[in-house]
Amino acid sequence: MRKTTNVRLLGALVAFVAVGASCSAQAGDSDPQAFTQIERGRYLAVTSDCVSCHTVPDSNQPFAGGRAIETPFGNIFAPNITPDPETGIGAWSDDEFDAAVRKGIGRTGSPLYPAMPYNAFTKMSRTDVQAIRAYLNTVTPVHNPRAATALPFPFNIRAAMRVWNALYFKEGEYTPDPQKSSEWNRGAFLVDGPAHCGACHTPKSLLGGDKLNQYLQGSYLQGWSAPDITNSTRLGLGRWAVDDIAAFLKTGHNRVSAATGPMAEAVKLSTSQMTDADVRAIATYLKSLPGVEDDVKPLPQDNPAMAAGAAIYRDQCSACHALDGRGVAKLFPSIADSSMVRSADPTTAIRIVLRGARSVATASEPTAPGMPSYGRQLGDGQVAAVLTYMRNMWGGAAPAVAAKDVTRVRSETASRPD
Amino acid sequence: MARRLPKKDVVIIGLGWTGSIMAQELTDEGLDVIAIERGPWRDTPTDFPPSYMQDELRYRVRHELFLRPDQLTFTFRNKMDQTALPIRSWGAFMPPNGVGGGGVHWNAEMWRFLPSDFVLKSHLTERYGKSFMPEDMTIQDWGITFDDIEPFYDRFEHLCGTSGTAGNLKGQIQEGGNPFEGPRSRPYPTPAQPQPFSQTLFAKAARELGYKPFPQPSGNLSTAYTNPLGLRMGPCTYCGFCEWFGCGNYSKASPQTTILPVLVRKSNFTAQDNSEVVRINVDRSGKHATGVTFVDSSGEEWEQQADLVILSAYTMFNVQLLLHSKIGQPYDPIANSGVIGRNYTHQTTSTVNGFFNNKKFNFNPFIASGSIGMCIDEFNGDNFDHGPHGFVGGAYMGQVQTGARPIESTLTPPGTPKWGASWKSAVRDNYLSTVKPGTGVHGSFYAYRDNYLDLDPEYKDRLGRPLMRITMDLHENEVKQNRFMTDKFAEIIKAMGADQLAKHYRTAPYDNTEYQTTHLNGGAIMGTDPKTSAINRYLQNWDVSNLFVLGASAFPQNAGYNPTLTVGALAYWAADAIRNRYLKNPGPLVDA
Repeated sequence: MRKTTNVRLLGALVAFVAVGASCSAQAGDSDPQAFTQIERGRYLAVTSDCVSCHTVPDSNQPFAGGRAIETPFGNIFAPNITPDPETGIGAWSDDEFDAAVRKGIGRTGSPLYPAMPYNAFTKMSRTDVQAIRAYLNTVTPVHNPRAATALPFPFNIRAAMRVWNALYFKEGEYTPDPQKSSEWNRGAFLVDGPAHCGACHTPKSLLGGDKLNQYLQGSYLQGWSAPDITNSTRLGLGRWAVDDIAAFLKTGHNRVSAATGPMAEAVKLSTSQMTDADVRAIATYLKSLPGVEDDVKPLPQDNPAMAAGAAIYRDQCSACHALDGRGVAKLFPSIADSSMVRSADPTTAIRIVLRGARSVATASEPTAPGMPSYGRQLGDGQVAAVLTYMRNMWGGAAPAVAAKDVTRVRSETASRPD
Repeated sequence: MARRLPKKDVVIIGLGWTGSIMAQELTDEGLDVIAIERGPWRDTPTDFPPSYMQDELRYRVRHELFLRPDQLTFTFRNKMDQTALPIRSWGAFMPPNGVGGGGVHWNAEMWRFLPSDFVLKSHLTERYGKSFMPEDMTIQDWGITFDDIEPFYDRFEHLCGTSGTAGNLKGQIQEGGNPFEGPRSRPYPTPAQPQPFSQTLFAKAARELGYKPFPQPSGNLSTAYTNPLGLRMGPCTYCGFCEWFGCGNYSKASPQTTILPVLVRKSNFTAQDNSEVVRINVDRSGKHATGVTFVDSSGEEWEQQADLVILSAYTMFNVQLLLHSKIGQPYDPIANSGVIGRNYTHQTTSTVNGFFNNKKFNFNPFIASGSIGMCIDEFNGDNFDHGPHGFVGGAYMGQVQTGARPIESTLTPPGTPKWGASWKSAVRDNYLSTVKPGTGVHGSFYAYRDNYLDLDPEYKDRLGRPLMRITMDLHENEVKQNRFMTDKFAEIIKAMGADQLAKHYRTAPYDNTEYQTTHLNGGAIMGTDPKTSAINRYLQNWDVSNLFVLGASAFPQNAGYNPTLTVGALAYWAADAIRNRYLKNPGPLVDA
């Protein structure tokens, strides 16, 4: 008799544990067996790259939050979005989740900081966002209280975000343009919606809002300049074919370039896991954006910086990138064809010369070649000269890089992780 | 008491070439593999970037990439009646340390051995009679044939992207290649490296003397290459900093450039660096390894259990670990019994430097790769009749100059003062017009009863283990062989138009202070008889069947070629035996 009781107790315990483990599935209305919805949510979570901000890099607790997101206004700590009821989103209702993701309204009703790209995620439908929720309900719950975000005044006043929203936030789902192909529309939805490309690639106002007249024309964040990804010939993707862009997103490498820095992470966690059709759709859309077309003339060869840069390039760079600037496809980026090198804001180019950079490893391109750091043996003037040379060779043209730009980047990146 | 880690399927000791190959193969098989490496993790852009790698003082003179003798060294003597003393600064060879092992700092010369090299004893006995060889020479057949290993030579060549010109394609002799090589199933994956001036001139002179010169097969690539694992390599830039240095240009084949980026992505692979395996553990039967014990950099002992143990450290450390683990009977040269430490060999190298008129010859000698060079193979192995010459063995010879790094490239013609103004002006006058082939004569080193490895009776390492003792001397056969080879080589350098020659014969006694090569071999050799070999033809230990011992420690004697291609091919050969035979039925693959 006693034995039976124990068995019953054990049975009850098992049931309790089972409920405990799947209690997340009780959150909201999603069905833990709704495979189609969960899989759709997983894919949208990948395209949205949720895992990047909501996971401490290299930790084995995905979506458990805690990563410090650097903004010009201070660090914002990403919350735990695992289904843990106490510290995660396990106790949230579907409406609360939807409001946070698509409207930037926190569970308590106070506005979120736009480090959470709800201004992009608003392009998704409620069905999309509920699918993401359904997927998140299935990940391992982690008990991980959120570190408090403490921005300096006046940004610590959450209500101020209402002003920001009035200025910069346009709520609403993506509406397809019937004049365009379904591929183009899919690309536009991905770029402006889940993939939130503009978060890094569209310049920001002083208050951190998008400068829409410079849509995707390159920006600066976290010690990197994100390049222009419009079809601009000189500054953007004008010299890349759709296939080049698709290969870059899918593998992190193409005949011209390699993903490094924050883009390496975006490729690793997000774009490399998108379908071939989706990376092509993104490429098709980006190629349709006209961007800036200008007529900048290259500096003359007898410019002193060009002469010095030529000598430095020959000594230090040509072994890998070759005398003709074309490098080796998918191993050493082509300087000749790089618009990043000629970008209006040369921060990333300077940073890569000074500190080096590691390209991303993907399943199809596992080599992950790295650029070594030249900050020790090249002075600021020498870095400026060699970049000025690279920017104005092989048919390219861009204003000279000044030594003081190099000094600035050297100082800004001195204490940053690479 | 060692702390015990969760058991793995496979533990690999040493993550150099052979450890990396085996890890790649066995993780492909689905096994859970851990590799334990004594030295640090090393990677191309962070550890040998082209921005500072060309530092001759740091890497060449101060031995940056090698094991520090304070951590572990050996004792050395020439003869059995001498007392061995510890080596306190590396000389004759450079023990590797760290991920990638010697594959990081090698020259990447990628030679196949001759078919006759694998059946050396029977071949020479048949051709010349048993009495032609010295009585104390202990050469043996390998237990495998060239045909057995050819597919694995091919695999390793294609992994590395090897640049070369085939000399024998499926039995058809090819113009421009080595006509003496065994038949290869495929051409080299990339064309031979283009040759600079002095190498080209050597080939011309050799051709005029009736030889058939060919480009040295090279793991420094002539062109960009994507290997079968999807890893990309760049074309060599001829910077002249290969051996002693890592390659920052992704041009030199190494575990870093050809395997590791794929291996580290696998969830069934773990690497433990800065940890030295101190013992292979065996059960009470003595016939089954249970795993290894290693010490981390904090001095903590750990036990890693595994079903399969792969010993893939450098030759010396393989033998040392077998001795310390009491696996296999230690070799006793007096009783001529035992196997561990037996048939220890090196490489018989020498050179001839040629001094040319600097008004007529500017060689720009700094333009080079580690395995640049034009060579001839007429005098290697048994490619010629040894009958009249009274020695066995041979060498390839060639203008294989690997650069003209300034500290070690201050050659002056014989008769120049050793210092002062006239020395300085002679250095200046000769720098560009001297041919300095390095190991221009690259000869075989056969095995002898009194060249061996054992544990030193006196000296101990930091962990209290006896140091391993080297007893090694040059025998008359190798001295004669080298004299013959060096003279033949000098004729070609002379025919290039040199005004003066400086011949440097290899002479006895064996000099442990002068760098020769890092090609140490033997001590745990493969063979067909457990009385005279430590491992069978699959590199499986005769006594402990779940232990495989990879590397040049398996060579019964050394041929007149660089060993790495054969080392890599043997690793693939052993991996193939494990995957296709051992795992299906664990146990001895050859009945003793």
